[in-house]
Amino acid sequence: MTVLGNLALWVAFLVGIWGALTGFAGGLLGRADLQQSARHAVFAMCAALLTAVFALEWALFHHDFNVEYVAAYTSRNLPIFYTWSALYAGQKGSLLFWASVLSVFGALALTFTSRRHAPLLPYVAGVVCAVAAFFVTVMLFAANPFERLAYTPVDGSGMNPQLQNPGMVFHPPMLYLGYISITIPFAFAIAALLSKKLDVDWLVAIRKWTLVSWLFLAIGLLIGMWWAYVELGWGGYWAWDPVENAALLPWLVMTAFLHSVMVQEKRGMLKKWNLALVIGAWLLSIFGTFLTRSGVIASVHSFTQSPVGYFFLGFLLLAAGSTIVLYVIRLPLLEAEATLESMVSREASFLFNNLLFIGLAFSVLWGTLYPILSEWLQGTKVTVGPPFFNLVNIPLGLALLALTGIGPLIAWRRASIPNLQRQFAVPAVTGLFVLLIMLVAGMREMGPLVAIGLGGFVTATVIQEFGRGARARHRQYGEPLVLAVLRLVGRNRRRYGGYIVHMGIVLLFVAFAGMAFKTETQATLRPGESATLRSPYGYVYTFTHLGISQYDALNRRVTAALVDVSRDGKPVGRLKTEKRQHVDALGRNTFEASTEVGIRSGLREDLYVVLGGLVNGTEQAVYRFTINPLVWWVWFGGYVLVAGGLIVLWPGGGSPAVRRTQAGYAVKLEAQR
Amino acid sequence: MNAGAKFAIGALLIVGAVGYLMASGVKQTGQFFLTPSELSQRVAADPSFYNLGMKVGARVVPGTVARDPAAQILRFDITDGSARYPVVFHGLPPDTFTDSVEVVVEGRLQRDGVIYATDVLAKCGSRYEAVPKAA
Repeated sequence: MTVLGNLALWVAFLVGIWGALTGFAGGLLGRADLQQSARHAVFAMCAALLTAVFALEWALFHHDFNVEYVAAYTSRNLPIFYTWSALYAGQKGSLLFWASVLSVFGALALTFTSRRHAPLLPYVAGVVCAVAAFFVTVMLFAANPFERLAYTPVDGSGMNPQLQNPGMVFHPPMLYLGYISITIPFAFAIAALLSKKLDVDWLVAIRKWTLVSWLFLAIGLLIGMWWAYVELGWGGYWAWDPVENAALLPWLVMTAFLHSVMVQEKRGMLKKWNLALVIGAWLLSIFGTFLTRSGVIASVHSFTQSPVGYFFLGFLLLAAGSTIVLYVIRLPLLEAEATLESMVSREASFLFNNLLFIGLAFSVLWGTLYPILSEWLQGTKVTVGPPFFNLVNIPLGLALLALTGIGPLIAWRRASIPNLQRQFAVPAVTGLFVLLIMLVAGMREMGPLVAIGLGGFVTATVIQEFGRGARARHRQYGEPLVLAVLRLVGRNRRRYGGYIVHMGIVLLFVAFAGMAFKTETQATLRPGESATLRSPYGYVYTFTHLGISQYDALNRRVTAALVDVSRDGKPVGRLKTEKRQHVDALGRNTFEASTEVGIRSGLREDLYVVLGGLVNGTEQAVYRFTINPLVWWVWFGGYVLVAGGLIVLWPGGGSPAVRRTQAGYAVKLEAQR
Repeated sequence: MNAGAKFAIGALLIVGAVGYLMASGVKQTGQFFLTPSELSQRVAADPSFYNLGMKVGARVVPGTVARDPAAQILRFDITDGSARYPVVFHGLPPDTFTDSVEVVVEGRLQRDGVIYATDVLAKCGSRYEAVPKAA
């Protein structure tokens, strides 16, 4: 099967280069035959890469340990679920995953893009082929997943136990899907620059794609947070690790783009800026891939120092250089069709929103790269950690949260004073009221107070928008209010889906604020002994160590500790936390023992229990008990955000006739303000 | 004053605020990231180089790890081949911490020559590379 895999890689390599050449040449020369050939090249490459994926999965499932990759990441007793996901558990396999997913996205983009945008497509095919060919090159010359060993091990080394978690099966592919799909909007941006078709058209062509990658990145980040929380046992979900930051950066830039693109559609402004954002997001996604694979940044993740990093650096520099040159050449074609009329306008609020997003992205990038930068500039390596990111990003994030509420309330072009009064009265009062309640409840911490107060403000704006829209429908069509709300969302998916995303963001911010009140204690307990911890709500939790049990499971030896939990003296349940020593088929230890956290999740707070170890093999156990407020709301807010994104993304939007009346209706709504 | 100019002022304010936050953030929270030999050079050059928050990246010296689980105290030595420092850490080390693993120790060097760690991060095994997360 490795022969098939290698063959498929070589086919993909040659076809990719051919597709890149014919795509660009066909587009520039206007030759239909070359354009057609480039299109076919994408489909051919897609077929070849999927064949390679099939070959690797075949080797994984058949435990062909003569293949280095199979031996390095799987073992005979690895659950089948994780054998499948071993495709992207390692560097080499994930490169194959990247390239094949990109070719699939490319094929989809070429198939489903409307014929209206046909002049852009040859370039799109060219960019997709070029990028995929780069990944195939890296595989063929530096990290071939089909490499064979000189001997055949009896068993593989198995998968790192921390990766044996459902979250890890879905987290990397989601993140990759996000990273990879950014290439499609980028390809359209390059196509627009090369073909000089720089009107709003290319933006329309990529609108859905930008949302797709934004959504995948968001899902990937959220699952990653969940995985870190339930699997790593340090008690939080976000540590500002360079690798996390690398995934956050393109998401921030994409979010900025999703907002500013509306300004270009409505007012013909920000053309240069939008192009720069798409290009920047893509470069950051490649940069993130480079960062996570090269080992340039001292991260707790150990990334093998391999030539792969140099390949990525070279590619990044080449891509950045050529793209920037192309962009600068085309700048004269990107003049705005309108100017900013008033500071108090939707446009202006989008502009500030964008500046804040880019400020956030820049500070995250700066903090991530600071060890390298400081070494260059001062000769000493200086690192910044979570305190830096919190100090810088909390104010910026709160300013953005405020804009989340302010932006949708301000009219396009120029808002009048009565308009502002009418729009802001209820939300502002609501926000202040929420703030007051929190003050009365005894909260004194500045950050969380502002976050929760703004949360109330933004929530009120969203409810006000839904209420006004639904009431207008109710009056106009006599629909009952519930139906009116549903139709409202259905007919204006982009707008109201966007509001639902905003609600998700509010929930996330409030949940993040909750972590400011986390409490923690460590204790060494004999069976029957207990430790107490006071929750931020004033409850006193008592954790009683019941005892230790040891047993064998499928591929591990388990040491489990049971803890009885009571709140203010009333029993609330029992939590189990484990140390797992993974073993291979012969019963030998593999990897270090890993911890399974005991979590009891609630609407108000999570109880989080970690078994640190046993004292000299007795039943005396070392524990860490943590109370994490509002964590449940992070996951719930994530669901809301994703649901809102899906509503915006859902295909269709009614017949053209419906869309016309809808447009008229939107105008009417605007006029009412 | 037209809207463009007003916006430029607003933009400058935001850029300035971001710049200020970043500069003060680095100043307040930046920590030296040193190897044990760099640390010993610094201490030799500047005898007051104690009790400063820093990170030290090194390898655990095999055989030096002493755990006192009851008191949750972990002692070990770190080295980069030339300089060597003892470390005392009060808390639970990460799962990946073992004898001879590469670690990043966050803490303060005191005058007794011991690094009192507030956090110990262990680099994960080599077969962790492609996974985009860990802590």
